[in-house]
Amino acid sequence: MYKSLAETRSAIESGETTIEGLTRYYLQQIADKSSLNAFLEVFQQDALNQAIAADEKRKLGNPGKLNGMVIGIKDVLCYKGHKVSSSSRILEGFESIYTATAVQRLIDEDAVIIGRLNCDEFAMGSSNENSAYGPVHHHLDPNMVPGGSSGGSAVAVAAGLCLATLGTDTGGSIRQPASLCGITGLKPTYGTVSRWGCIAYASSFDQIGPMANTVEDCAIILEVIAGPDEHDSTMIQKPSPAYSQLLKSEGPVKIAYFKQYIESEGLDTEIKAYVLQLIEKLRAAGHTVEELEFPYLDYVIPAYYVLTTAEASSNLSRFDGIHYGYRSKNATDLESTYKLSRTEGFGKEVKRRIMLGTFVLSSGYYDAYYSRAQKVRRMLRDHTNNILNSYSFILMPSTPGTTFPLGGKSSDPIQMYLEDIYTVQANLCGLPAISIPMGQHSNGFPFGVQLVGGASKDSDMLAFAARLQNDFV
Amino acid sequence: MNVDQQLIDQLAHLSRLSFDAETGKEMVHDLNRILSFVEKLSEVNTDGVEPLIYMVEETNVLREDVVQLEITQNEGLKNAPKKDSDYFRVPRFVDSE
Repeated sequence: MYKSLAETRSAIESGETTIEGLTRYYLQQIADKSSLNAFLEVFQQDALNQAIAADEKRKLGNPGKLNGMVIGIKDVLCYKGHKVSSSSRILEGFESIYTATAVQRLIDEDAVIIGRLNCDEFAMGSSNENSAYGPVHHHLDPNMVPGGSSGGSAVAVAAGLCLATLGTDTGGSIRQPASLCGITGLKPTYGTVSRWGCIAYASSFDQIGPMANTVEDCAIILEVIAGPDEHDSTMIQKPSPAYSQLLKSEGPVKIAYFKQYIESEGLDTEIKAYVLQLIEKLRAAGHTVEELEFPYLDYVIPAYYVLTTAEASSNLSRFDGIHYGYRSKNATDLESTYKLSRTEGFGKEVKRRIMLGTFVLSSGYYDAYYSRAQKVRRMLRDHTNNILNSYSFILMPSTPGTTFPLGGKSSDPIQMYLEDIYTVQANLCGLPAISIPMGQHSNGFPFGVQLVGGASKDSDMLAFAARLQNDFV
Repeated sequence: MNVDQQLIDQLAHLSRLSFDAETGKEMVHDLNRILSFVEKLSEVNTDGVEPLIYMVEETNVLREDVVQLEITQNEGLKNAPKKDSDYFRVPRFVDSE
C-alpha cells in the first residue's frame, strides 16, 4: 500500500482509490493482522464517516492538510465519546469527555482517526509488555517485541495498518519502537505540542509526536498538531513554522557525535559499524562530523528515573477509585477504597515507579535524590546546549540493539531501562530528536539512527533528517 | 541506602498502595536494585548548580479569565464508579453520632 501522504494523494487524484476505500482497506488489514495486538479498539463507524466527509471536501476543492491520511492514536490521547485506557485496568471502560488538542487538530485537517493503539501501561516501558491488554508483537516475528512504550503505534505503521500514528515520548517511547520496527519517529522540542488531553506520565518530559514511514509525513503531521494552545501553559508561545514547507537542507553542516556513546559496551557491534560508516559517508559528502567527549552518559538514565518517577507518583495520585476509573469491590472504607482500587487497578511496573517516585520525594530523601537529579538535569542540558551552539546536530544510535524476545528483559528493570540509554538525553534537555530507519541487521531486524537538534530548531532537524533519509541511508 | 520492609510499608501507605508478603518482598528487592543504580548521581559535583524545574523559557503565560462551560456536571460524573444524580458516592468516613 501507499507509503506516504504524497503517494496516497496522487492515488486519490488519479481515481485509483478514495479515502473511504482506503479506510476500508486499512480496517480489513487491522482485522487480518489482529494477532499483532496493535489496536485496542477500532473506531470503525466514526472513521468511515470521517473518510466520506474527507472525500466530499476534496471534491469540493477544499481539502485539509491531512486529507487522505488515515491515522491511529496511542491509547493515552483523549478523543471525546471514545474510550481511552492508558493500557491500564484502572481506566477500563473510561470514556473521554473532551478531545486532546493534538487529536482535534488532526481531525480539523481531515485526518481519519481509525482507532486507539496499544502501549505500555501509562507509557511506562520499552517493550510494550506492560500493557494490561497483552503485549504487542513485532510485525516481522511474533516472538519479538516492538519496543515501547508506543509499540502499537510503531507496529501499526510498519505492518501497514494505517499510514501514520501519534505516539508520546517521555524517555524514548516514540524513537525506540520506531528504531526497532524500522519506521520514522519524531519527538518535538518540549512545549511544541499541547499536552492537553494527553494522559500524563512525567509532565516535564512528555511530548506527543508523529510516527510514519517518512520524515516528510512526520513534518506535515507536526505542522498540524504544533503551536500554542490556551489549555497548556507550558508551551512555547511563538507560533510554530510550516515544517513541511521548510524541508530543504543545503550545503555542508556541522555534526557532533559522542565517543562514549559509540564506544559504550552495550552497543551492538554491527550498529556501531553502521553508524561509523554513516559518519564516513557524511564526511565524504563534505559535512563536518566531529567526535566529542560526553562524560555524562552514565548519569542520564539515573537522572531520568529519579525525575520521571517523582512526577509519575504525583500525576498518578488522581486515580483514587472515586472520580473515575476502577473501584475495588473489596473496599470497606475510604482508605481501603484508595488502596485497593489502586493496588488492583495498576500493573507491576506502574506500582514500582510510583513507589520509587514517592521515595525520592519523601522527607529526608528529597535533597539527596530528587533535588540532586534536577541539578544534574541542568548540567546535562547546559552542556548539551553548549555543544549545539557550535554544532547543528548530534548524531547517535537510536537504540543499543535491535528487537529482543518477549520476556527477554522483563524480569530485570535495569536491563529494560537501558533500552533508552540513547533517547533520554533529548527528554532531559527538552530537545527535538528523530529516529530514522538506518538499515537491516544481519539478524534480519531493522534499527534506526538518531539526530538531536537545537531547542526549537525542529525545522532544521527535519530538513536534514529528510536529506539523510533520501540520500544517505 | 538500604530499603527494608518497614520502609516499603511506609512508602506503600504514602502511595495508597498495598503489598502482600510476596509482592512486598519483590518490591524490597527491586527498589534496592534501582536505588543502587541511581545512586550513581552522587558522584556528580553539583555544588552551586540550581535545580532545573521548568523546561520552557516562558514566564507567566496568562489568558483572559472568561467563563466557559467546557464540562457539564453530567459529563463530570459520567465515568464515576459510584454516583447519584448530583454527587460522587464515597464510603462513609465520619461517624453518624
